[in-house]
Amino acid sequence: MMAEYQTTTAAKDAPKPKGPGWSFNWVGRIGLAIMLFWGLVAFVGPWLAPHPPGEIVDWDYFGPVSGDYWMGTDYLGRDIFSRILMGARYTVGIALAAVTLACTLGVILGMIAAVAGGWFDMVLSRLLDAFNGIPSLLFGLVVVAAVGSSIPVLILTLTAIYMPGAYRFARALAVNVNTMDFVTVARARGESTRYLILQEIFPNILGPVLADLGLRFVFIVLVLSGLSFLGLGVQPPNADWGGLVRENIEGLSLGAPAVIFPSVAIASLTISVNMFIDNLPTKIRDRSE
Amino acid sequence: MTDPLVTVEKLRIGATTDSGRKVEIIKGVDFEIAPGEIVALIGESGSGKTTIALSLMGHTRTGCKIEGGTIRIGDCDMTAMSNRARAALRGTEVSYVPQSAAAAFNPSKRIMDQVIEIAAIHELMPRAEAEKKAVELFRALALPDADTIGQRYPHQVSGGQLQRLSAAMALIGDPKLVIFDEPTTALDVTTQIEVLRAFKSVMRAGGIAGVYVSHDLAVVAQIADRIIVLKGGEIQEVGGAEQILNAPRDAYTKQLLAAFEPVPHQPEEQPAQSAKPKPVLEVFDLCAGYGAIRNGEPAAKILKDVSFKIERGRNLGVIGESGSGKSTLARAVAGILPAYRGGVIVDGTEMKPDLKDRSKAELRRMQMVFQLADTALNPAHSIGAILARPLTFYEGLRGKAREARVTELLDMVHLPASLRHRLPGELSGGQKQRVNLARALAAKPELILCDEITSALDTVVAAAILELLKELQSELGLSYMFISHDLSTVEAICDDVLVMYKGEVVEALPAATMSSEATHPYSRLLISSVPKLDTGWLAGLEQDPELVAQFANR
Amino acid sequence: MPQSLLPWFLVIQRLGIALLTLIIVSFAVFFATELLPGDVAEILLGQAATPEAVAGLRAAMGLDEPALSRFIGWLAGLASGDLGTSYVNKMEIVELLSGRLRNSLQLAGVTTLVSVPIALSLGIGAAMWRGSLFDRVVTVLTISVISVPEFMVATLAVLIFAVWLDWLPALSYGADMSSLGTMLKAYAMPVITLSFVVSAQMIRMTRAAVIETINTPYVEMALLKGASRKRMVLVHALPNALGPIANAVALSLSYLVGGVIIVETIFNYPGVAKLMVDAVSTRDLPLIQSCAMIFCVSYLMLITLADLIAILSNPRLRR
Repeated sequence: MMAEYQTTTAAKDAPKPKGPGWSFNWVGRIGLAIMLFWGLVAFVGPWLAPHPPGEIVDWDYFGPVSGDYWMGTDYLGRDIFSRILMGARYTVGIALAAVTLACTLGVILGMIAAVAGGWFDMVLSRLLDAFNGIPSLLFGLVVVAAVGSSIPVLILTLTAIYMPGAYRFARALAVNVNTMDFVTVARARGESTRYLILQEIFPNILGPVLADLGLRFVFIVLVLSGLSFLGLGVQPPNADWGGLVRENIEGLSLGAPAVIFPSVAIASLTISVNMFIDNLPTKIRDRSE
Repeated sequence: MTDPLVTVEKLRIGATTDSGRKVEIIKGVDFEIAPGEIVALIGESGSGKTTIALSLMGHTRTGCKIEGGTIRIGDCDMTAMSNRARAALRGTEVSYVPQSAAAAFNPSKRIMDQVIEIAAIHELMPRAEAEKKAVELFRALALPDADTIGQRYPHQVSGGQLQRLSAAMALIGDPKLVIFDEPTTALDVTTQIEVLRAFKSVMRAGGIAGVYVSHDLAVVAQIADRIIVLKGGEIQEVGGAEQILNAPRDAYTKQLLAAFEPVPHQPEEQPAQSAKPKPVLEVFDLCAGYGAIRNGEPAAKILKDVSFKIERGRNLGVIGESGSGKSTLARAVAGILPAYRGGVIVDGTEMKPDLKDRSKAELRRMQMVFQLADTALNPAHSIGAILARPLTFYEGLRGKAREARVTELLDMVHLPASLRHRLPGELSGGQKQRVNLARALAAKPELILCDEITSALDTVVAAAILELLKELQSELGLSYMFISHDLSTVEAICDDVLVMYKGEVVEALPAATMSSEATHPYSRLLISSVPKLDTGWLAGLEQDPELVAQFANR
Repeated sequence: MPQSLLPWFLVIQRLGIALLTLIIVSFAVFFATELLPGDVAEILLGQAATPEAVAGLRAAMGLDEPALSRFIGWLAGLASGDLGTSYVNKMEIVELLSGRLRNSLQLAGVTTLVSVPIALSLGIGAAMWRGSLFDRVVTVLTISVISVPEFMVATLAVLIFAVWLDWLPALSYGADMSSLGTMLKAYAMPVITLSFVVSAQMIRMTRAAVIETINTPYVEMALLKGASRKRMVLVHALPNALGPIANAVALSLSYLVGGVIIVETIFNYPGVAKLMVDAVSTRDLPLIQSCAMIFCVSYLMLITLADLIAILSNPRLRR
């Protein structure tokens, strides 16, 4: 009863769809700002780099923070700041490509399975469930061991790892929406499966799917960094952030900035995405119910 | 006059909405309850009746807060005391009977442990004594197997029994006041009677005061001494039960009463065109069910050989309790759940069982409107888009012509054209149900299947929807198949009535005379179980116990 | 079907799915490693890969048989405990693995013993005092740990405990293992790191499970009976949350599988994961296959266990 009262009053005061329920709190805004910052860096980073990322610019290795080298230098004397700017392109770019592929595929298949049901749903669900029974980092390890590491291989491997989860998530949401009366009404009207999926179901799972995409992006960044840390990700002389940590891990006992800043970069990206998703306007998240 | 047991003065309760705004939901309410008196809080959703009732225990739901006024129970000020002191009063001075006993019982503990928990928490008496008292209460509440029912788990007893067990749970600590929060709303009418009788007799026997929260005036009339009518967090009228029912003073109370009294339905005069027009819907030997299909029959058979006819311009009501198969009937007719035997003939053409095999023209003739307006409208589409789609789909309308037709449809259901740009979430329950109807009308149907379309609405709003249905019928010559558990609604709009029980039609009769002419024992039981707006109805009601044992799901 | 048999039907169904998964997984592992990388014989012979030598080696290794029959042969070998021979050092894989497996299991066991009690009390506590400062601190910490890679937790732990505080050695093996004290110290860093990773997951899921039961009408009913907060949580909410909590514990422990790969590498711990990472760099395919199967089987066992607990603890199915 309470809830109904609240929604009706809220509705009265919200003449336009973009009412109070859509506003962000400040934690979410900070998250969004950091996310957008790294997105931008991934795009234009290499032009901003003060030094060529691959070049040895300092004779001292594991150099400290200084006016010339804002984040110190690495184990060969390369500028860490420039390498982080360049690494953003690998980390953000590969993760974004993989998450987009995984979610697009997963959501489309999930919605089709939910609406079609029957054999298609059962076979696909069982198969992808089985795939979920493989630990993700391990899968990456085996594939990279088998075919060697390159950027397309990394993207496809990460897509394969996270597609079943996206499928499962979208299918569960779509199954819920599919039982709603408005879908039954459309079906009773004689609408095609395509219409049901695109017009009736998709708009109602979009919010949670986008939130899920964000979380999956975080996991992909983590697995990618893990692979690179093991030396199986982006190959030298290029390096993503996980690779930068690996290269400079020897400097850890010296407390060198070359280990700390790439780690901070990874953490700032993943934590900001989490902050943003956790503080999404309730209207977007609530669509799942 | 003795001192009142409960005194509520200038009570104000505020709530914080999801978007962080503060609203006042109880706006200064004063009332008193004498010892042993049962007071009803009557109102529609949003009137604040449950909020007030819970505040008597010093409790508010998440997001709500008591912001002013006092609540005194006996000598204690509920608003001013510490949490610990308040907890000490709960169960011993004031106790609570919830709306859904099924949800309020912990599924993993035996019933007895939960019934006597109040005695354990407040250390009122030794366990053996508490159990003995509980069994006595079970007897007083007319529960079967009083000695052993406490050993079962909640999912092993019926809904009506659980509701009475929750009353035993509330009464174990000898409270002075019991709060009943819509305790019979979720029950079938034949079950409701027994529960109401049990409540009434234990309350009278113990001289316990009660607060009975309900939206149903007829139920309240049977149990309350005084009635408080609430609307929008304010008291509209307070009076004795007889006075409120027979001589209401407040305009809103009158409106509530008027919505309750069915206006008998006048059948439409048939223009005598052809000698004998075909029935708009004919159903014969219809069988349907759920589950895996083996040998052409589903695992769970719900509908068994249902046959009926609806003549053009006439309305058929389908009544029955939960599990009677009335909604399944509508779904089988519409082809949403394909029937495995029997047939559906619309306007002389036999339909395929599965709607996937029916043509657009066939689908257009018969439209369905669902019970929950909330879930029947796509929350992501605007009202305009929702109404436009069937126009494009069936008639290929586009652009200006479609726009004009959408406005026309909204006008037919008495909604302003400006609503086109709103999303369903911004509409009230009544408005949503009107949009639902408008969408069905967009197909220019001959028959509309209405599945409990007024059940989730407040009485006054529901009455307005029924008026609208009648109006549309006379304008457009529609026929309705009207499914409901509420007999007065069916009486108000239907010409003929089918009584369903466990998937079978037990009797078909004219609506106007159904209370006098029903011959099947189940129909008679069902019809006699509907509460009347008469304080003496429950006391004077006599039902054959054998009949009750045979049909009622108590 | 009688209601009482339903849970057992679901259990058998779940076990069936696990078995099917295992077959698909082994299929994937075998073909990913056997079929994709071109020709094993060429890789092995390296510079000496004349066509004749390659053909000879292929025949000797049975590589010219059809893939499916090799797969079945491999499966049969796995089932009978014959894991084959390492390409690199020609040792029996069973021998290579046995000691390593014990090390890894020890690490996992100690981590479980440390993290489960801590995580459960923190998770239940956070749910019990939801919205309090304690809850917020725990939530922020767990989210932070979950959002950073395992190697970062490890490096932070090294920075704090080995570099700044100088309490513990940074590497676990190669250190002095003679006395109990030094051995505990050697275990400490990997265990601390893994415990952080696993506990964060476990706290999050436990908290969610308990909060879900606290929000039910029957817990509100307990409040209205005059029950104290402690009684509400301990008597009413917890017994109903036990299933979900056990499910959360099993699921979180499956994170051990991923975490252990990183942690063993960082701390140079001689477990199965380290062996596998080394095998990857030397492209020792039979060894990779065996290690991968060990990880997949343990992962699968944990998530199946979690599912079984969820099925059996559902009060609607239990009689």
